[in-house]
Amino acid sequence: MSAEVNFHDVFPSREHNGAGPPDADVSPDRREFLKQCLMASPLLLGIVCVTEGEASEENGNGYKAQDHFYGMGIDVKKCIGCGRCADACKTENNVPREPFYFRTWVERYVITIDRETVVSSPNGGINGFQSAGSEKGIMRTFFVPKLCNHCANPPCVQVCPVGATFVSPDGVVLVDKDYCIGCRYCIQACPYGARFLNPLTKTAEKCTFCYHRVTKGKVPACVEVCPTGARIFGDVKARSSPLARFQRFNEVQVLKPHLNTEPKVYYANLDGEVR
Amino acid sequence: MDGLTQQLTSVLQQVTGYIYPNEVELQWSILIVVYPYITGLVAGAFILASLERVFKVKEVEPTYRLALLTALAFLLIAPLPLQLHLGHPERAYEILITPNVHSAMAMFGFVYAWYLTVVLLLEIWFDYRKDLVLWARKEKGLRKWIHLALTLGSTDISEKAVEFDRKAVRFITLLGIPSAFLLHGYVGFLFGSIKANPWWSSVLIPVVFLFSAIVSGIGMVLILYLLTGIVRRSVEMTCLDKLASFLFYALIVDFSLEVLDFIHRLYEAEESIKILGQMIASRLFISLVILQALLGTVIPLILLALISPAFGSRALMRFPEELRRITYLACAVLIQVGIFSTRWNVVIGGQLFSKSLRGLTVYKLELLGSEGLFTSIILLIVPFLLLYVFIKILPPWKESAATLVPETAAGE
Repeated sequence: MSAEVNFHDVFPSREHNGAGPPDADVSPDRREFLKQCLMASPLLLGIVCVTEGEASEENGNGYKAQDHFYGMGIDVKKCIGCGRCADACKTENNVPREPFYFRTWVERYVITIDRETVVSSPNGGINGFQSAGSEKGIMRTFFVPKLCNHCANPPCVQVCPVGATFVSPDGVVLVDKDYCIGCRYCIQACPYGARFLNPLTKTAEKCTFCYHRVTKGKVPACVEVCPTGARIFGDVKARSSPLARFQRFNEVQVLKPHLNTEPKVYYANLDGEVR
Repeated sequence: MDGLTQQLTSVLQQVTGYIYPNEVELQWSILIVVYPYITGLVAGAFILASLERVFKVKEVEPTYRLALLTALAFLLIAPLPLQLHLGHPERAYEILITPNVHSAMAMFGFVYAWYLTVVLLLEIWFDYRKDLVLWARKEKGLRKWIHLALTLGSTDISEKAVEFDRKAVRFITLLGIPSAFLLHGYVGFLFGSIKANPWWSSVLIPVVFLFSAIVSGIGMVLILYLLTGIVRRSVEMTCLDKLASFLFYALIVDFSLEVLDFIHRLYEAEESIKILGQMIASRLFISLVILQALLGTVIPLILLALISPAFGSRALMRFPEELRRITYLACAVLIQVGIFSTRWNVVIGGQLFSKSLRGLTVYKLELLGSEGLFTSIILLIVPFLLLYVFIKILPPWKESAATLVPETAAGE
C-alpha cells in the first residue's frame, strides 16, 4: 500500500475547492498552481539545483515544488524485462491488478531477420516474457519500459474539460481524482496509452512519478526496484542530478517527437521501431 | 467490476497485433456514437428550417415548424448520452462552473446553452406567439392554460407586435445558421483536434460532420413530414420534391468531402495508413463500406439523382407520385442508417486501432447496462415521443395556424 502524503503537508498554504485529496493523495488548487507556474522563473530553476539528498532535507512542510522539475531517463540497453518496475508500481500505487490497467509497463520488441517487428507486453511484463523462440530467426530484441511521459506540452491537460488534470510546478502531470468527471477525453488525447479509467474510482489515472515519494526526497517505486538501474529519476534542469548525468553521457530520444508533446521521459539507446 | 474484467478478458483474446495494455478497454461506447448523431439531426433540421426563412424557399414552408420542433426534441436529449457516459455524472456541473478554457469539451455547456435558449427556444417562441394567443382565446380547459402560459404573458397581437415577432424570427434565424454550424462543427472539432489519433486528427472532420449533419437533418424531417403527412392525408408533393433535391445537394457535398478525406489519407500514406487500411478491411468493413458508403450514400445518391427534380424542374426519370414518395422515404431511411454508421465509424473506429499503430482491438457492444444497445435505443426513441408531445401542444401544420388566424384576427 502506498505511503500516503497529504498535499496540504507539502503545500500548506493551498486550499483545494473543498474537495479531498486527489490522485496519489495529492490535492492542489489548480488556479494557485497556474499562478505558481507563472511565478516560477526558469532562472531560479536553473540556479537552485537541488539534488535528491538536499530535497530530503527540505522534507515535510519545507518541500518547495518550484525548486524541482522532474523527468526520467530510461536506458533501453539496461532493461532485462523482469517487470519488477510494473509490479512495484501496482503495489505502491494500489493500481488494480487486472491486466488492463497500468501506470507503467514493459514492452518486448523482437525484430526478425525478415524485418518483421513483433511487440508484446503480457500483463505489462509483470510475469516476465516467454522465450521468443530460436535465436536464428531474430535480428535483434530488446525491452522498453513505458510510462506517462510527463510532457511539458501535455495534450491530456489541454483537453480536460474541468482542469482536473494539471501540471504541478515541479513538472509532474497529475490527476485530481476528486475533481475528475470521468469523461475519458484525456485518455483519448494521450498518444502514449499511458492513461486508463480506474474501474473503482471511475476517474482517469496515470503515473505520478510516485509524487508522494518524490516530495519526500525518495525516488519512484519503479526506479527503486529496478535491478539494473535502467530507470533514472531526477531533476531535468539540475546540473548535478543523476538524470543530468544520464543526459550528458547518452544520446537521448523521446517518444513520438513529431507530436510536439515535449516528453520528459528520455530514452537512451532507443530503437526506431519503438512507438 | 467482475463483469468488466470478464468482458475485457474476452476482448484481449480477440486483439490482433500489439496494443498498449491500457487500450484493451474501449473508452467511448455507443453512447458517444449517439451523441454526434443526435446533435447532427438538430443542426441539420435547423438549417433546413432556415432555408425557408432566410433564403425564402417557399416549397419547404410546410416543414418549417416541424423542423424547428424536431431540432428542439433532439436537442433536449443530446446531453443525456454524455451524462450517462461520465464516470462521475454528479460532477458534470463542474464543466459549467470551472471550465478549462483550453479544452474543446469545456465549451460544450456554453455552446449547448446558447443554441437551446438563444436560438431554438426564442425562435420557436417568437414564431408561435401569435398563434399561442389566438389558440388560448379560442380553446377551453387545460389546452387553453398551456397555450396561455406559453405566451409568457405577452398577448399583444397587434400588427406592430406581430411584425416585431417576424423580424425577431428572421434575426434569430440569421444568428442561428452560424450557431448550428458552431454546434455541430464543434462536435467535429472534439474529434478532429486529437493529434494523438490519426483517424480523427483531420481539419476536414468538423466540415464533414457539418455536411453529414445537414444530410441527416433534412432526411429526418423528410421522413417525419412524409409519415405525418400520410397520417393527416396531406402531403405536398412540391415540398417533398424540394426536400429530396436539397437532400441530394447536401449528400453530394458530404460524399465529395468524405472522398476527399479518403483520397488525401491514401495519397499522403502516413505511418498510420497500414493499420487504418487493415481496420477498414476487417473491423469496419460492414459499417464503413457496406452501410456508410454503399447503402447510406451511393444508393440514395443514385436514386435521388434519378427521381428528384435536383437538376431542374423535371426529374431524369419520371416516377408516379406514390412510387416517388416510397423511394424518397427509402432513401431518407437509408441515409439515416448511413449517417449513424458514419458516427460509429468515427467514434468506434477511432478506438479500434492501437496508438502504437501495431494492432487492432474489438468493441463488445453490451445489450443491457447504462452504456448498452438498449439504452441507446431508448435515447433514440425518446426524442420522437417528445416531438409527439410538442406537436400536440404546438401543431406545426399550416392549417392549424392559417385557418385560425384570419377568422380570429378579423374578430379583433
